[in-house]
Amino acid sequence: MLILHCPHCDRMVDETDLHPGGEAHLKRHGPEADAEAFENYLFMRENPKGVHFERWRHVYGCGKWFLAARNTATLEVYGTYPAQTHQPPQTIRDTITERQPGWAWGDFR
Amino acid sequence: MKRYSAFAIAREAFRQHTGWTRAWGQAEPKPRYDVIVVGAGGHGLATAYYLGKNFGITNVAVLEKGWLGGGNTGRNTTIIRSNYLQDPSAAIYEKSRSLYETLSQDLNYNVMFSPRGVMMLAQTQHEIRGYQRTAHANSLQGVTTEFITPQRVKELCPIMNIDGPRYPVLGALWQARGGTARHDAVAWGYARACADMGMDIIQQCEVTGVVTEGGKVTGVNTSRGDIKCNKLAMVVAGHASVLAQKAGFQLPIESVALQALVSEPIKPCMDVVVMANTVHGYMSQSDKGEMVIGGGTDGYNNYTQRGSFHHIEETVRALVETFPIVGRLKMLRQWGGIVDVTGDRSPILSKTPVDGIFVNCGWGTGGFKAIPGSGWAMAELVAKGQSPLTEEFSMNRFRHGKFIDESVAAGVAH
Repeated sequence: MLILHCPHCDRMVDETDLHPGGEAHLKRHGPEADAEAFENYLFMRENPKGVHFERWRHVYGCGKWFLAARNTATLEVYGTYPAQTHQPPQTIRDTITERQPGWAWGDFR
Repeated sequence: MKRYSAFAIAREAFRQHTGWTRAWGQAEPKPRYDVIVVGAGGHGLATAYYLGKNFGITNVAVLEKGWLGGGNTGRNTTIIRSNYLQDPSAAIYEKSRSLYETLSQDLNYNVMFSPRGVMMLAQTQHEIRGYQRTAHANSLQGVTTEFITPQRVKELCPIMNIDGPRYPVLGALWQARGGTARHDAVAWGYARACADMGMDIIQQCEVTGVVTEGGKVTGVNTSRGDIKCNKLAMVVAGHASVLAQKAGFQLPIESVALQALVSEPIKPCMDVVVMANTVHGYMSQSDKGEMVIGGGTDGYNNYTQRGSFHHIEETVRALVETFPIVGRLKMLRQWGGIVDVTGDRSPILSKTPVDGIFVNCGWGTGGFKAIPGSGWAMAELVAKGQSPLTEEFSMNRFRHGKFIDESVAAGVAH
């Protein structure tokens, strides 16, 4: 069972209380954007075998969204953080670097 | 290749079975091939087979990171059906189902295709409408399916409880010519036929890089050395995104875990395949007597071939309600596979931004049924650069909004 820390409730939450929301830090585009931008936003995914940033919703709890840094090859969880951020916090990045030197995900390193 | 036949069995019986030869050899990579197929699962081997059979291209290597048929080909619940909604899906899945009918004769290898019939239960009013629509669409597409009554469901599958308290059976979409096949035999049969045409099946050979020159593929780096090629077919299911990244492009795919389980073997009690999409469970009985059970996918990205326990629990809970007799069954094995899911739940058979690289992926939770048709279409795409069966399944369809929406037919269970 995947157990994540809900940063809003400040408690550990079982996977069954959560709803996965797919890849995090997607770039949204406005009405003037072209088809490629929308394709990237709606369908194209990093889908890495390794470090992954993703959205979760504490659906049977506070109901709020948060983001998680996780490893899809080992199921290790590096940490979670509130969704109101455009990039992973430095502490999370440092944790990942410690565990997975040389990691990269999209534009983040 | 020595043909398998009743006569061959008799002949070998008289000489202590000393005359059987290996079904396929242990090949060493050659420096160059016309076509390299990455992935020796069902789809990869079928692609290689039809390249040789239909187009005479036999200078082909099939590279496999693990062992032949050890990925999703050996992990699925072997259901074969073609009752999809959209025309492009019906075309490729029905082609596949019809190829399965003669596959044993074609390959001279018994794939144990058993057209025992597949029923998809309607347990809500929405499902009744959805499946009636599918039945009408199928009749226009020339795919034989019908919407049947709960009484007919009970006749076809007497062990089912159609008056369940929560989700009574209100009808079903019935495809009499669907069924199951022996999944390993499909991979082994194709592998044997490919080896017989002189193709190299190279196991434990992981592709670590894709070499391109001026936007065109020239070869691959592998754990067993560099190999050159004119064309490259990527047929690696769950790892499609990983391999695409090595070639420098991205795919609209997410890899998630899908689990299955089998029970202890019991006497024959069920001679159809039953799928119940509302309650997330499907079941059939194998020739060995085991009940083969599958359920829904996990919702999060995962490459570990392990899934979440609560999905197993959900599936078993649904099946105990629908089939009360399974409540006392012991489960023998449970496992997971990594499936490649696209936004519209339809596969991608497509050219890619790199000249000479073709991709066949995105079969998600339902690739086994499609193996022969997928191989047939992919071979044509690789050989000729286009195929009527793959035209609509281009990876660019997401950009143009030309989805082949099969979320009803394929979203939950296969």
